[in-house]
Amino acid sequence: MLENYFPILLFILVGLAVGVGPLILSKLVSPSRPDSAKNSPYECGFEAFEDARMKFDVRYYLVAILFILFDLEIAFLFPWAVVLQEIGLFGFLAMMVFLGVLVIGFIYEWMKGALEWD
Amino acid sequence: MEWLSNLFGSYWPAVEITGWTLIKIIAIVAPLMGAVAYLTLAERKVIGYMQVRIGPNRVGYFGLLQPLADGIKLLFKEVILPTASNKALFLLGPVLAIAPAFAAWAVVPFDLNMVLADVDAGLLYILAMTSVAVYGVIIAGWASNSKYAFLGSLRSAAQIVSYEIAMGFALVGVLMCANSLNLGKIVLGQEGGFWHWYFIPLFPLFIVYFISAVAETNRAPFDVAEGESEIVAGFHVEYSGMAFAVFFLAEYANMILVSMLAALMFLGGWLSPVPFIPDSFLWLLAKVGFLLFLFLWFRATFPRYRYDQIMRLGWKVFIPITIVWIVFVGGMMQTPWAHLFH
Repeated sequence: MLENYFPILLFILVGLAVGVGPLILSKLVSPSRPDSAKNSPYECGFEAFEDARMKFDVRYYLVAILFILFDLEIAFLFPWAVVLQEIGLFGFLAMMVFLGVLVIGFIYEWMKGALEWD
Repeated sequence: MEWLSNLFGSYWPAVEITGWTLIKIIAIVAPLMGAVAYLTLAERKVIGYMQVRIGPNRVGYFGLLQPLADGIKLLFKEVILPTASNKALFLLGPVLAIAPAFAAWAVVPFDLNMVLADVDAGLLYILAMTSVAVYGVIIAGWASNSKYAFLGSLRSAAQIVSYEIAMGFALVGVLMCANSLNLGKIVLGQEGGFWHWYFIPLFPLFIVYFISAVAETNRAPFDVAEGESEIVAGFHVEYSGMAFAVFFLAEYANMILVSMLAALMFLGGWLSPVPFIPDSFLWLLAKVGFLLFLFLWFRATFPRYRYDQIMRLGWKVFIPITIVWIVFVGGMMQTPWAHLFH
């Protein structure tokens, strides 16, 4: 059973090598002539005039929180969907109760304006 | 082989398995890299002809050596490490962007029993891998310590996670029909002609999945993360040379991956559309090629969405559609018409 997952582990390592390899290769063959103007943050030719890590809109944060909620629902739906045929009507209705609660929350956040971006 | 087995002694079985697995992995990764390289050329050619231009045609016949020339050029360009950046994270960004796009292929079946790792949690593994890709973008934008990169990574992160929900719900629909997380079994559940493919009973989910896939890969018309006309190049504005090339390749590798998944889950994978023509790997290639062409076609056709429109589409259109359709499919499965959905 577990040996089926060994190729996956190896593939992840190969995937990392696909990313790291070109960077190392380029380090070996490409020039490196640092210059204080060249290495400064790009800002359309101006000197950078404040910290780039500035305040940002709280809605990005809100989206991240809502994402965690909904992603958990999906993780919960996955096993249910796989065995839906075996658990039949009772399993279906049980999940509908759960989805109903989720939808009430979704409608609430919609009405509250959490999904407005303009 | 004999002397090798003597060399490693009792470790030989482990070494042999690792070696064979590595050879199989390379047999997947090498053609994939070629496909990625030539997808960049195909994009320029296809969009060129759509705009009544020729596209690249100087390097090699019909421009066929263009990807090679681009690669060599980028290899010999300096990789600039901005002084304000967090150096280690700056270099980690592109690696995290490309590694999952390749690693996810471990569980992708190409034909009947032609799969590297035939595991039952295949789709779960792919979902996990594609979720990791967003970290590459966030880390790159943060580590660059540049305003444009920061804005680009914020936008991109919020956009990718929003569409991942719609995508996840679409996958739940597939699982309800297939009753398995194993991609090979999902394909086999669609046997018997194109009217058994899941895109028919799950049509709204197929459309949602594919449009979300376009948004997930930050492709036009959802490419506000790059937004070259407003935030110059978004999260990879500070990247040059090979570090930029790795991001670029990751985008195309992700396009191929999501097209592959759409072909396997909704379009019957390697199955032939009519029973009297044999199933073949070539069918899978044709389906993936068609979906990739759609990606290029979208880019040539649609103007970029505004950011608030993107978020509205993801949250207020796609998520309600997918929830309604999951309830509908689940409800129909409790009726005598359940066979229509299997």
